[in-house]
Amino acid sequence: MSVISKDTTFMGYRRENGRVGVRNYVLILPVDDLSNAACEAVANNIKGTMAIPHPYGRLQFGADLDLHFRTLIGTGSNPNVAAVVVIGIEEGWTKRIVDGIAATGKPVTGFGIEGYGDHETIKRASKVAKEYTQWASEKQREACNIKELWVSTKCGESDTTSGCGANPTVGNAFDKLHALGTYLCFGETSEITGGESIVAARCANDAVREKFMFMFNRYQDMINRWKTDDLSESQPTKGNIAGGLTTIEEKALGNIQKIGKKCTVDGVIDKAEMPTHPGLWFMDSSSAAAEMVTLCAASGYVVHFFPTGQGNVIGNPILPVIKLCANPRTVRLMSEHMDVDCSALLQSEKTLDQTGDMLLECMLRTANGRLTAAEALGHREFVLTRLFESA
Amino acid sequence: MNHFVLHDAHDTVAVVVVEGVKAGMELNGWIMDDNKHIKMTARQDIPIGHKIALKDMSSGETVIKYGVDIGKVVAPIKAGEHAHVHNIKTKRW
Repeated sequence: MSVISKDTTFMGYRRENGRVGVRNYVLILPVDDLSNAACEAVANNIKGTMAIPHPYGRLQFGADLDLHFRTLIGTGSNPNVAAVVVIGIEEGWTKRIVDGIAATGKPVTGFGIEGYGDHETIKRASKVAKEYTQWASEKQREACNIKELWVSTKCGESDTTSGCGANPTVGNAFDKLHALGTYLCFGETSEITGGESIVAARCANDAVREKFMFMFNRYQDMINRWKTDDLSESQPTKGNIAGGLTTIEEKALGNIQKIGKKCTVDGVIDKAEMPTHPGLWFMDSSSAAAEMVTLCAASGYVVHFFPTGQGNVIGNPILPVIKLCANPRTVRLMSEHMDVDCSALLQSEKTLDQTGDMLLECMLRTANGRLTAAEALGHREFVLTRLFESA
Repeated sequence: MNHFVLHDAHDTVAVVVVEGVKAGMELNGWIMDDNKHIKMTARQDIPIGHKIALKDMSSGETVIKYGVDIGKVVAPIKAGEHAHVHNIKTKRW
């Protein structure tokens, strides 16, 4: 008997398109690096709004540009976001992002800086941001079925305790959520290396398997094209190695514990694409923590399980990141970053079912409004994935 | 107390899960999948999170963890020694 069942509910914000969020942000979203200053000024003027500056958006093209738009539109569209003010250097690409977010039905307005300048733009955008923040502040949570909670996962600064404890805890929680028909997500394509046949075997059908292997091989080809050594210190990272992880295969087998024992892999999406039906989705994605969590948020996930070994500290501006850890030394030395301590598993003092339930309890409290450690500490890493150089 | 854990009974390396493992210490190990216990003596100091070899292994041999191939031995290892980047490497890149 788990802490969750098909009748479990949480208090969420129902958005115009029917999706449910667990936070209520008003975003000031820059299209490009030139617009960061204006966005930050608006967020400073209007309390209760949040700017998410970033360094890109200029002269990108092809698939890299498509990913840029998909990520920004997806971020604004996420159900944890109530309303969005978009600011870009010019109006064309600004409108493209506004239109993309407007498809959800939520309030969104855009402003181009050219022809107006920063000051006029900040004035005009602040007026709208003030309306939005006051409107959003009256939104109320309502009881929603657990099926409507989309949960993603990625591990970071892993060590060997990740594969022994924290990741299987996520797997246990995922098995329980999967059975209830929720939308789930995992990824980190390069970090499947050594375990790809295991993931392939878990794919629900041949079409899913083929797409997964395509994404996996595409990532391997990219690595083989650019690598100058066996990637040790990059993948696994220096932190992984300091924590005791030796090879990518070992890291991958630990990584894969996150999909539990029973979950099937029901679909495959590219970076920042939205899943289209309930189940566990594999998203082709970087293994760099903030990049991958940013992609999960852009795909529409509203809560994130982040198992760590050596102590990864990142959060995300709109996606609450729950940190769990089975390394007793890390939990002791970096306690302010941890939400769930599952180190008791390694001493056989708790079972996997128990730590899985601890994580699910934390998930429900987070969904109902409790700030995660990363949120309380102000970690809001927003990192765009790039595919190649700008023109 | 579990000093080390392993996933599968066929694993040739295990993970040290406590601080302070020193050469000569007799260690209790827990096989997670079977819920059985084994013993091993540490031949070297092994930091928390690092691996201990469960048998003698020669260069070229496959290292088994989670019941599967996780890399190759590149320098001979004795049972009870520290198993890590100095004696194990990836086969993939």
